[in-house]
Amino acid sequence: MGIRELLTGVGWGVHPHDDHKRPAADVPLRVMPTPAKLCIPLLQHVGAPAKPLVAVGDRVLRGQLIAAAQGNVSAPVHAPTSGRVAAIGEVTAPHPSGLPFAAITIETDGLDESVSFKTVEDPFSLTPDEISQRIAEAGIVGLGGATFPSAPKAQLGRKHSVHTLIINGGECEPYLSSDDSIMRERADDVIDGVRILMHAVGASKAKVGIEDNKPEAIAAMRKAAQDFAQIEICPVPARYPMGSDRQLVQVLTGKEVPSGARTATIGLLVNNVSTCAAIHHAVRHGEPLYRRIVTVNGGAVAQPGNVLAPIGVLVEDLLAFAGLKSEPARLVMGGPMMGVALPHAQVPTVKGCGGILALTAEEITVVPPSPCIRCGSCVKACPMGLVPLELSAQIHAGDYDTADAMGLDDCLACGCCAYVCPSQMPLVQTFSHAKGEIWRRAQQKKRSEFTKQLAQARQERLEREARERVEAAARRKAQRAAQQAAAAAADNNTPSEGAGA
Amino acid sequence: MNTQAISLQTMASPHARAANSVSVVMLKVMAALVPATAYAFYLFGSPAFWLWAITIAASMAGEAACLRLAGKPVKAVLYDGSAILTGWLLAVSLPPWAPWWIGVVGGLFATTLGKQAFGGIGNNLFNPAMIARIMLLVSFPVQMTHWVVPAGAPSLFDGLRITLGQMPVPDAMTSASLLGWAKTDMARGIDLLHTHLPGHVFDWNGARVGSLGETSVWLIALGGVALLYMRVISWHIPVTMLIGLAVPAALGHAADPARFMDMSTHLLSGGAMLGAFFIATDYVTSPSSRAGQIIFGLGCGLLTWVIRTYGGYPEGVAFAVLLMNALTPAIDRLIKPRVYGRTMGGKPISLKGETK
Ligand code: SF4
Ligand code: SF4
Repeated sequence: MGIRELLTGVGWGVHPHDDHKRPAADVPLRVMPTPAKLCIPLLQHVGAPAKPLVAVGDRVLRGQLIAAAQGNVSAPVHAPTSGRVAAIGEVTAPHPSGLPFAAITIETDGLDESVSFKTVEDPFSLTPDEISQRIAEAGIVGLGGATFPSAPKAQLGRKHSVHTLIINGGECEPYLSSDDSIMRERADDVIDGVRILMHAVGASKAKVGIEDNKPEAIAAMRKAAQDFAQIEICPVPARYPMGSDRQLVQVLTGKEVPSGARTATIGLLVNNVSTCAAIHHAVRHGEPLYRRIVTVNGGAVAQPGNVLAPIGVLVEDLLAFAGLKSEPARLVMGGPMMGVALPHAQVPTVKGCGGILALTAEEITVVPPSPCIRCGSCVKACPMGLVPLELSAQIHAGDYDTADAMGLDDCLACGCCAYVCPSQMPLVQTFSHAKGEIWRRAQQKKRSEFTKQLAQARQERLEREARERVEAAARRKAQRAAQQAAAAAADNNTPSEGAGA
Repeated sequence: MNTQAISLQTMASPHARAANSVSVVMLKVMAALVPATAYAFYLFGSPAFWLWAITIAASMAGEAACLRLAGKPVKAVLYDGSAILTGWLLAVSLPPWAPWWIGVVGGLFATTLGKQAFGGIGNNLFNPAMIARIMLLVSFPVQMTHWVVPAGAPSLFDGLRITLGQMPVPDAMTSASLLGWAKTDMARGIDLLHTHLPGHVFDWNGARVGSLGETSVWLIALGGVALLYMRVISWHIPVTMLIGLAVPAALGHAADPARFMDMSTHLLSGGAMLGAFFIATDYVTSPSSRAGQIIFGLGCGLLTWVIRTYGGYPEGVAFAVLLMNALTPAIDRLIKPRVYGRTMGGKPISLKGETK
């Protein structure tokens, strides 16, 4: 800690008094019985949507590839159980707007018949490329919520010669405990996945950061990792947003990721613990990613806890499984800090969904915002060192450029500022709006530049064509003149000088 | 339960909020002021209480009138408690037996011209209580320096008559404040070592001549520590303001004790403590970054010393705070926290310059 930090104080983030993780986190993992219907979205990741390979009426088996990756950054999608494809079309996306997006709807048959999975005895005998291939085929994406496809990420790590894997077991969002659950119950799978990923990336060591409010997970992971000296389990202080890549990197290594760059550029690659467990399943057992642990929690849930559920299960089925004891005032996919509010419960879960919260009116505060009192709480809370009140003021004044210059792009949308704001200012909303607006303007600029380029190219083409026409005409004229001259010469039968000139 | 029928509120994240609001903040500050204020009532008797009540009422009336004129919701804004707090802070900085109209004029001025004229809460450049205090001091210097010796409090009713100006203040009870006395004597050529301050024997209980709530330094400091503990304020402004005042005071006194008052007198007299913990820390008018707050606090302390020592007025806290208030926008513009992954200048940190 430098003198400046000492004087100005460190301590970003917030420390919610009650993280609401327990008792849900302490309930043993439950397996959800197959629901009658599953809607498997085609875009569950960052990148291009997957392309359907099945048709309506087809019978599919558990683990069968039903939509293939398209392009470099994409991920395929698999059937979570056996059944019949009932529809390929639009369903409501897990997004507050409730916009539709494409999904494959499967009517399950309850037989749960599976394709045969290609197991590998010793994954360490595979080349890194072969491992990446298996990860890609299994459709694995970052399960912490970022949903970046894992195979291109591993390749990126190898390109940057990443030396250390940072494994994110922070799970700093209140209410959520799906990572906690996987570390408690499947620590060996997680550690094996870490080792496989190290092999794939070429990293020599791994550091697993786990918030110190999860002593059971820390103990289980320590036990699982005890034979592997290159994997270090590092308890970190429970402080939101510890699970953000940049903050975890800073706490575990003391390094900062340069603004606008990826962690790989400083030799680090961050992966979530659940992603590592999925990698273990994919590489060792050939099992694609078609189910995951989802925390079902919130004041309206009768039996909160962690549920191993097929991906694509409708939120209403998940809630029915855990039971509702009162009417929720808000449904959230993800955690309360960064999760998205759902328009209704007929929305499928996606690979990146670690939690479904049914919150009661008491749990969400809906107080109308009042003017900023410049208390500075948001400045203290911002993990990125931004000045949210100034950003917000600039955006409200319509000065997006200044907001951009002040680092709007570095904002994680973590919500710390809005969480602490006594005036209940909608800061995150303001920032997302402004980011969208800046993006839109950049697109527009790009488009108008493109149009300009097109117009210019057309102009040049027309000019060139005109020029060419004139030149061609001149050439033809010259040729004709030459021919005439030659003919005349032949006619006259007299030698001529420089006829072709 | 039928999930089809759930009516949902879709709102942007975060979906959870800390149990904090503007009125909670204001209530905490008021609670921290209670000990010092109650002690002042005990010390100076009921006139102090009446003045306090009148000032707060006037400041609320001023706020309500402006809100109504502007067509803003009156009740909701009044309930945030900021007008009450402004009135309260002004009241504790007034001479305890000042006549009622001082409280009325000051209270009205604080919330109308000091705050609502700027656009209401969050927009005022200057601390409303302090700007009202300065206005009163400049306009009504006699009433504003009319101090009483803490002694035999009059009955509640007599006190009201004193406040309403229907009963004269007994002459024997009036006095100059410690800082004022020192200043006057200095002006008369009597140096500090030879002045005689009747009733000014330093009293650690705060039973001294001074404004309503400023005299009991220890109770003010206690309230300040409570605010720190409740995290309503951080240490940056109060500590640096006291340092900014203490260091030049100690140096000056060491160099020439006949000309410069000692450090403890500076720290324990007048509005230094109240200023450090309750006035300078006003959110709206102080910088929002921690580094900026340090500069702000040092500036407040230093200016207080300069004004007390060289200026025309015996007390400098209010002027010092107002001057630094004026600098706050500049401080906020120039001093920002470093953004993660960027240099102080705002460029992305270089890949090679990795810190270990
Ligand atoms: S400004 Fe962005 S990064 Fe900072 S606290 Fe707010 S949401 Fe988080
Ligand atoms: S936390 Fe809210 S009220 Fe306080 S400075 Fe930030 S935006 Fe303003």
